[in-house]
Amino acid sequence: MTTTPSTLPDGGPRTHYLNAAYGLKSWLLTRDHKRIALLYLVSVSVFFALGGFMAVLIRMELATPEGDFFQPDIYNRLFTMHGVLMIFFFLIPGIPAVLGNFLIPLMIGAKDLAFPRINLFSWYLYSIGGALTLWALLHGGVDTGWTFYTPLSTNYVSTSVLTVGVGIFIAGFSSILTGLNFVVTIHRMRAPGMTWFRLPLFVWGHYATSIIQILGTPVVAITILLIAAERVFHVGVFDPKIGGDPVLFQHLFWFYSHPAVYIMILPAMGVISELVATFSRKPIFGYKFVAFASIGIAVLGFLVWGHHMFVAGQSIYAGVIFSVLSMLVAVPSAIKVFNWTATLYKGSISWDTPMLYALGFIGLFTIGGLTGVMLATLGIDAHVHDTYFIIAHFHYIMVGGAIMGYLGGLHYWWPKITGRMYPVFWSKLSALVVFVGFNVTFFPQFILGYLGMPRRYHSYPPEFQVLNVMSSAGATVLGLGYLMPLIYFTWSMRYGPKAPANPWGATGLEWQTTSPPPVLNFETPPVVTTAPYTYPVAANAPEVRSV
Amino acid sequence: MSEDSPGLAHHFDSYEQQKDSATLGMWTFLVTEILFFGGLFAAYGLYRTSYPAAFRAGSHELDITLGCFNTVVLIASSLTMALAVRGGQTGRGKLASVLLVLTMVLGTVFLVVKGFEYHDKFVHHHIPGPSFHFEGPESNHVQMFFVLYFAMTGLHALHMIIGILLVGYVAKRAWSGAYTPQNYNFLEGTGLYWHFVDLVWIFLFPLLYLIGRH
Amino acid sequence: MSVSSHVQPLKTYFGIFGALMILTALTVGAAFINLGPANNFVALAIAVLKSTLVILYFMHVKGNTKLVPVIILSGVFFLFILFLLLAADYGTRGWLGVPGR
Repeated sequence: MTTTPSTLPDGGPRTHYLNAAYGLKSWLLTRDHKRIALLYLVSVSVFFALGGFMAVLIRMELATPEGDFFQPDIYNRLFTMHGVLMIFFFLIPGIPAVLGNFLIPLMIGAKDLAFPRINLFSWYLYSIGGALTLWALLHGGVDTGWTFYTPLSTNYVSTSVLTVGVGIFIAGFSSILTGLNFVVTIHRMRAPGMTWFRLPLFVWGHYATSIIQILGTPVVAITILLIAAERVFHVGVFDPKIGGDPVLFQHLFWFYSHPAVYIMILPAMGVISELVATFSRKPIFGYKFVAFASIGIAVLGFLVWGHHMFVAGQSIYAGVIFSVLSMLVAVPSAIKVFNWTATLYKGSISWDTPMLYALGFIGLFTIGGLTGVMLATLGIDAHVHDTYFIIAHFHYIMVGGAIMGYLGGLHYWWPKITGRMYPVFWSKLSALVVFVGFNVTFFPQFILGYLGMPRRYHSYPPEFQVLNVMSSAGATVLGLGYLMPLIYFTWSMRYGPKAPANPWGATGLEWQTTSPPPVLNFETPPVVTTAPYTYPVAANAPEVRSV
Repeated sequence: MSEDSPGLAHHFDSYEQQKDSATLGMWTFLVTEILFFGGLFAAYGLYRTSYPAAFRAGSHELDITLGCFNTVVLIASSLTMALAVRGGQTGRGKLASVLLVLTMVLGTVFLVVKGFEYHDKFVHHHIPGPSFHFEGPESNHVQMFFVLYFAMTGLHALHMIIGILLVGYVAKRAWSGAYTPQNYNFLEGTGLYWHFVDLVWIFLFPLLYLIGRH
Repeated sequence: MSVSSHVQPLKTYFGIFGALMILTALTVGAAFINLGPANNFVALAIAVLKSTLVILYFMHVKGNTKLVPVIILSGVFFLFILFLLLAADYGTRGWLGVPGR
């Protein structure tokens, strides 16, 4: 593989997407998917920081059993805004809009996404939605929990439900348009020879994600619209006074919001598949199984929403159906975990930073997934519903899974995105600190929940204090772990050593163009002739015996 | 945009790829619309099964003649739209433009009739809310029927308004010859959107106007 | 799938329009005849038939790539899932005879 020099033979600097044009206008009016990805990177980082700041305040309050820092109503706003910002403005757009946006055209050998203007438009929608939500935050915020359950959200609270609802509605549109763009791009823009089974698993993961974004988001959009209408007109479809059923809201809400969890985790799984293959120097074990497992998770994800409503007044028979269906999701998820493990087996593993994050993901996702099976069991869920067990479970999936995948992906593709390397020592340290900090924060919450500590309270019985202090201390460590990449990534953009085209010796199409890529991604249009992950057997790799 | 292929965006290799992408994108968007209205239809299905008598009573308050008239108007507008797209396909921009204006006129007629119907509901205090009044049993559940009636037809009307504005823009572009047989994708996409709005009405009409008429 | 995908003859469009008009008359007519629960079924069946005609001919799905029907049907399928699992809840409420279950 030839490495392209960063300067042309005549000595002038090479033109790439970052130095092709300068100035604010060249960014805010760009249609280049790579630049739009960077716009998203900045915006989601802002929301991650804000959401994280609220998490810090929450953990601060919970360090002691008494309510010392915040009144209960302020505490309600804190955890609601933490959830709203993290879910709708960080986790859902996170990997697809940043890494997916940047990489899908590169990975399939296209010049851009199918609809570049819509891509930019969706960033603006996201920003408008985010700005509205922040505006609401400054004007009292919301205190319903991020789930906006009726009739609390429609009849009782007097906080900014309407503004935040509209903000989420607009951001949802952005999510739909991103998914639509990906689907059309993957169907129509593949380079010659890039057949479906030569697509990197990252692309399969995003295809599955897009299915959910397209089919699920509209349902939550209409649901939020109905909530908004009910607040404005004081009468609506969820209003019990005229025979409405508030539980219907929960059905419609979770029809999207459960699959939304897979919007967060499927792209992360795609990232992990790339990392595991690259850093074990082996093709992914059972490529087709992993690819179809992504689609399987997306489809099954639509059949399980009722497990959020086991104790909400849903019929017990529906509960049984949803319980069984929920357990089915474990099958494709387990396929993925087993296939990653099988890929590692006898691989030539190198312990680079992205791989550390990937291994962290596999462990934490497994814990999060297995506790998910526990919660799918009706009897156990009735016991631990609305306790910290739930909090711990979904943070293992969303933070231990989605954010580990996001950070692993950022560390892996950072040289491609910026053309710079980051410091090895600090980045490895950050992976370690994040892993340790995460577990210290959230593992105690499993125990707390099992012992019966309910969620959403700012005070608790004193016997829970030891575990809560542990959790708060872990959160501090976790916060430090997240600060480190922020610092060294920013540093590397200016001072980092120049990255070669393919620093990890990976096989994907995105590594065959220069770092950073030219404006139209490839100097010569690529033609694909091989399956993904065709790693040559390294000289020092142990001999692979046939089993 | 290269000079020898006008109307072909830089990141596409051929007109075929560009058109296929546009068609696919528009249909994917329409699928999101199906699910968007679907949430409302789910609520409708639940409450109609729960309160059949009230829904019958509510439906009888609607004017079936106006509903019929509007159905015919909307289907006719779909015909003019389909013919306009055919005009773009065969390179007759002026013809397409005239047909598009006709589509707008028909769409406006639909909205005006809808406005009269809404006004009638207002006069009879059938607007949900504190002033709602209905003589007869289950007046609360009849109110639910009207909540759904206004939510569904209101959302449909909103789509119509967006559609009329979009058709107006396309009519102007078509008149100035912006669409060629190679690239009339925007016209085609607008057509798909308009037909979709028609489709929604095809379901709304029997579900709202024709309950238990015998 | 080529760009100048074949232009449908005018008579197709007018024929479909005529069929839609007839079906509209049918659906109104059927609503005034007491068919019991079949009334709903007839109304929905005619609506589905009408929309199929619109989709196939006015929206040019007939003669287009096979992918478009797949996309439409997947949307309809997931909507069906929503309805089905909602029915699984609301249809079985009260079976246990315990209030709230």
